[in-house]
Amino acid sequence: MTSIALVSRMLGPMLAALLLLTAASHAWAEAEAATPAPEGAMPAESMPETTTDFPAVEPDPVPPPEPQESVVAAEFDELPAAAEGNAAGDGSETLDETLADDAEPAAPNVETLIRQLPEGSFNDRRAVATQLAASGDPRVPDILSALAEGRLLATADAPPRILIRAATGTGGSDAISGENVPASVISGGTRIPVHNPLRNALRSLVAVATISAPDPEQRASALLRLMRGSIDSDLLAYLDTRVEREADPRVMDLLLTVRALARLNADTPEERLAAVAVLRGSLLNDVRVGLEATVARDADPDVREAAAEALDSIQSRIELYRFTENLFFGLSAGSVLLLAAIGLAITFGVMGVINMAHGELIMIGAYTTWFIQTLIPGALSSSILLAIPAAFVVAGLVGIAMERGVIQFLYGRPLETLLATFGISLILQQAVRSLFSPLNRPVASPDWLSGSLEVNPVLALTWSRIYILVFAILVFVALLLVMKKTSLGLKVRAVAQNRPMARALGVRTGWVDALTFGLGAGIAGIAGVALSQLTNVGPNMGQAYIIDSFMVVVFGGVGNLWGTFVGAMGLGMMTKFLEPHSGAVLAKILVLIFIILFIQRRPRGLFPKKGRAAEA
Amino acid sequence: MLTRRLFLSDWGGITVLVLLLAMTVAVPYANLALPPESPWHLSTYWVALIGKFLTFALLALAIDLIWGYAGILSLGHGAFFGLGGYAMGMYLTRQIGDRGVYGNPELPDFMVFLSYDSLPWFWWGFDMFWFAMAMVVLVPGLLALVFGWLAFRSRVGGVYFAIITQALVFALMLAFFRNEMGFGGNNGLTDFKDILGFSVQARETRVGLFVASAVVLILAYVASRYIVTSRYGRVLIALRDAESRTRFAGYRVEHYKLWLFVFSAMLAGIAGALYVPQVGIINPGEFAPLRSIEAVLWVAVGGRGSLFGAIIGAFTVNGAKTWFTTAYPEAWLFALGALFVLVTLFLPRGLVGIFRRKRKGEGA
Amino acid sequence: MSMVRNTREAMRRDRVFRFLEPSPDFARPVDTSHGPILYVEDVSVRFDGFLALNQLTLSVDEGELRCIIGPNGAGKTTMMDVITGKTQPDEGKVFFGQNVDLLRLDEYEIARGGIGRKFQKPTVFEALTVFENLELSMASDKRVWSTLFFRLRPEQRDRIDEVLDLIGLLEHHEHVAGSLSHGQKQWLEIGMLLMQNPRVLLVDEPVAGMTGEETERTAELLVSLAGSHTVIVVEHDMAFVRSIARRVTVLHQGSVLAEGSMSQIQNDPRVIEVYLGDEA
Repeated sequence: MTSIALVSRMLGPMLAALLLLTAASHAWAEAEAATPAPEGAMPAESMPETTTDFPAVEPDPVPPPEPQESVVAAEFDELPAAAEGNAAGDGSETLDETLADDAEPAAPNVETLIRQLPEGSFNDRRAVATQLAASGDPRVPDILSALAEGRLLATADAPPRILIRAATGTGGSDAISGENVPASVISGGTRIPVHNPLRNALRSLVAVATISAPDPEQRASALLRLMRGSIDSDLLAYLDTRVEREADPRVMDLLLTVRALARLNADTPEERLAAVAVLRGSLLNDVRVGLEATVARDADPDVREAAAEALDSIQSRIELYRFTENLFFGLSAGSVLLLAAIGLAITFGVMGVINMAHGELIMIGAYTTWFIQTLIPGALSSSILLAIPAAFVVAGLVGIAMERGVIQFLYGRPLETLLATFGISLILQQAVRSLFSPLNRPVASPDWLSGSLEVNPVLALTWSRIYILVFAILVFVALLLVMKKTSLGLKVRAVAQNRPMARALGVRTGWVDALTFGLGAGIAGIAGVALSQLTNVGPNMGQAYIIDSFMVVVFGGVGNLWGTFVGAMGLGMMTKFLEPHSGAVLAKILVLIFIILFIQRRPRGLFPKKGRAAEA
Repeated sequence: MLTRRLFLSDWGGITVLVLLLAMTVAVPYANLALPPESPWHLSTYWVALIGKFLTFALLALAIDLIWGYAGILSLGHGAFFGLGGYAMGMYLTRQIGDRGVYGNPELPDFMVFLSYDSLPWFWWGFDMFWFAMAMVVLVPGLLALVFGWLAFRSRVGGVYFAIITQALVFALMLAFFRNEMGFGGNNGLTDFKDILGFSVQARETRVGLFVASAVVLILAYVASRYIVTSRYGRVLIALRDAESRTRFAGYRVEHYKLWLFVFSAMLAGIAGALYVPQVGIINPGEFAPLRSIEAVLWVAVGGRGSLFGAIIGAFTVNGAKTWFTTAYPEAWLFALGALFVLVTLFLPRGLVGIFRRKRKGEGA
Repeated sequence: MSMVRNTREAMRRDRVFRFLEPSPDFARPVDTSHGPILYVEDVSVRFDGFLALNQLTLSVDEGELRCIIGPNGAGKTTMMDVITGKTQPDEGKVFFGQNVDLLRLDEYEIARGGIGRKFQKPTVFEALTVFENLELSMASDKRVWSTLFFRLRPEQRDRIDEVLDLIGLLEHHEHVAGSLSHGQKQWLEIGMLLMQNPRVLLVDEPVAGMTGEETERTAELLVSLAGSHTVIVVEHDMAFVRSIARRVTVLHQGSVLAEGSMSQIQNDPRVIEVYLGDEA
């Protein structure tokens, strides 16, 4: 740790000094006179103090090569990675400043600098690299990392051509133009030599160069890396200058956090209190680590107390977000259950048919998605959207075939139906295995379905799960409308309530049964499309859902669709809230036990069918 | 009088019993007494295979008793079978002693591997044969008692019962897959050496286990036959066909179902206990829902509602499975699936139904 | 909205699991010293918003033969369900005599306690023989162990033969009940009811599907039972009701519309409007 600090102490001043020389007229210097406010949350106030310290401590603008090198070398053995990241952070800031301030005219041309790389000693090379890193040129990170890895070559021409050998293969490219270069030219180049200390410094400089990138994402990630190291006063001063200029609110936020984190070690208690006040708002793990250290070690009791209080407030917010996260996971698991169970609820609720092949209908939907993706490989988004109706039709047709071929002969014999449909499920599984393969099929997700929505550092919601939640609710509402508003729905409900009477009134019950079963099966197919985005698509995938789906139906009751909705969401929540405490398997077992106990209380589920018909 | 009641007009049952008795004598003779060159010699592989079928037949009998007579379809009888099997497996594991890979006299290999320092409490007593045998019936019986009590008193029946029994066996499977359960996790219990001091690999032991399975099956058949021909059995048929009416006749239906369920679970437990030493392993795969449903199919194929039909069904389906999985492994699941569909569609009374003249009005 | 109500009901805290409550039994004899043997007070049953019984109040004296009539959906069957423990009412009281709260008893306890019921649709054990049907219904120890080791005693056999004779199924006693005609099944079920030796018989549509002669005999039988038993008959067949009725209760929309002798009922304008009016 100390050596890390040392490195930053060495690199930081050097860069900061450079910066001072070239940026004398800059705005932050104007604030120099202002004294730091105790609540120094505002960047403009706290900045100048440290900056004025700067030249006093380290007035020499020229980097002192000797001590730095030795330190870097010494530390390379100890903690290379940490040192690297840290040093990189330090350096980057200052260099970035150099560039961003009116320093550009003074800076040598980037291409000239690149051509200078093969010349001189290791130290010269380091100096050039440092300048390059400060240039902010997008070519620089690649060049510097190639140099560090020994892939940067120079030809014997004058001026030399600088080439980058590709990390793999024999090809490469020109460092300046970026053009591809044939292998023959590459093999003619000479490796630009580096040694360990330089290599180490280079890695840092690569990071620095990345931080200078115009992309705020890259700046943010550099800052996050910076947070993990220790920050000395020089760097701190530099951070102040960054605060001045940062436009991106998120990066700004990070900047302030990083700065405050560093100030936790400031000399005056006022400053430290101010830092704690800033950090209260952050949820980052490093902030908690820093505050914990303050609570444990700070000399001033007020600061300790403030830090402890800040920690508490952070903790309670984290807990709130964890709860939100669990809630989301629960809803998400519930939406999956809802999709899987809703088709079952229709066939079971309306027709009293236990369809053990329901899981296999889900599988068919998932395979339809895969098949369509293989048909039109280029268009992921449209293939997913196309898969929804396709899966509905395919699974629906399989369902209708099942109903006409087998189930219609077994009405009124639910246990026989259960066994027969189980047989069908075995046949469908084996058919898929024989037709395609027993292995899982890869189903890709379009961009908008991958990644996650990061609300804050402790709460990230996966897009795929958000979409599936929305999708499940859409399917549910659509089904509700079909049942309530269409003539098919009316007939289905009529048959469910009184089959002989419906038949007497001219409803073709056989036809309604087939369509109802097809509808339930089709929805299973749609569920398969959604599940293909979450889990593996394979011949056995249906089995994973069948028991869960039945649990939902048993829990919710077969009386109405709302029962399925509440049942699915309830079980999803229950599982996800149990999981952190008990582990996934035990949570599943506990939920099963809960259901067994639950039906003691309500044998027909949450929303039972009532009336004389239900008693029969 | 009693024999008359038990066997009167049960010609199928008598035939099956005679066949079983003949098997009990002939199979050991063909294996032990006849020289290997003899065309009538039966290899030990076959003895173990038929012995396994006998335990399956016992499981089928247990299922038929509740499904065929009380109309309770359990899709989770594998749970009781497996628990009985685990109880026996624990006894056999304890008999390994210090002959395991790690040579620990107290702890089975997997516990040494998972760095247990002492035997968990629920393993206590399983080094004693009588204790293990008591657990073979008590553990499944107790589970059935608790589960059945909860289910029947809240009048969970029909498909709901079928589903929650399936959930039960599924939950057990998940639980036993966990290493923390202390039952060997994924691998289960295996590498058995001795049973009652006899090597489980020895030919004589195999034949002994075969005879034990056959005798237990015969006894279980007679006991089940006693139950179904008693007034208890008539109450069962009554509640199967008209549960409400039975209740209004003053019978506490839940109790009738419950005790039958417990008895059936115990039979299944015994079947599991006889199965394990003959196949040499017990693992959580026995709790797979598919296994339990398959066992229901044996009963359906043989003919539910006739006890000997269950035995015939178990032999038929498992015989077919053995042949299929060696001859056409790909096609077995197709065949099994088709069997489910065809039997329910065309043979609601199973194979027995083909031969039996249908008595008019006799309920299915 | 039913969902809200259901949820609320599931979460109710004042009702514990039923099996935790102590269940009263028939240790004490049924007290009918004040006349009524069956007393239904302010009973309401709701099915999904539909009021099957609406504040129904009814009392039946010991030994009475009571006919209950009413149009479809009047709540006749639901009333029987409540009395026999099949349906729990949402509110109200049901007493057997003065001291036995029927709402706290299970069906089998009510049946053992002396209330027998014949279903609207004849329900017999179709897979068993006529003899076995009667044997199963016979009043005897109906606990699990005793049925497992049960042996029929000669006097019990005599009693069964007696009832077989009474219901005219003596020569059919070896037949499977499922093979009987509709009318024979009705009779068998009445016979099963008699084997239970109940104090109260609830008879739901006993003569549906019977020939004229059978109907006549049924009427005779029920009339002869009254006095020693309390008989409550629900029937649609007005001729039949007229032939046996002493006292008639008319149910309409879940509550009592009128009560009295047959002639009083027939002249009641409200009854004529809702019920007899339909028939005329």
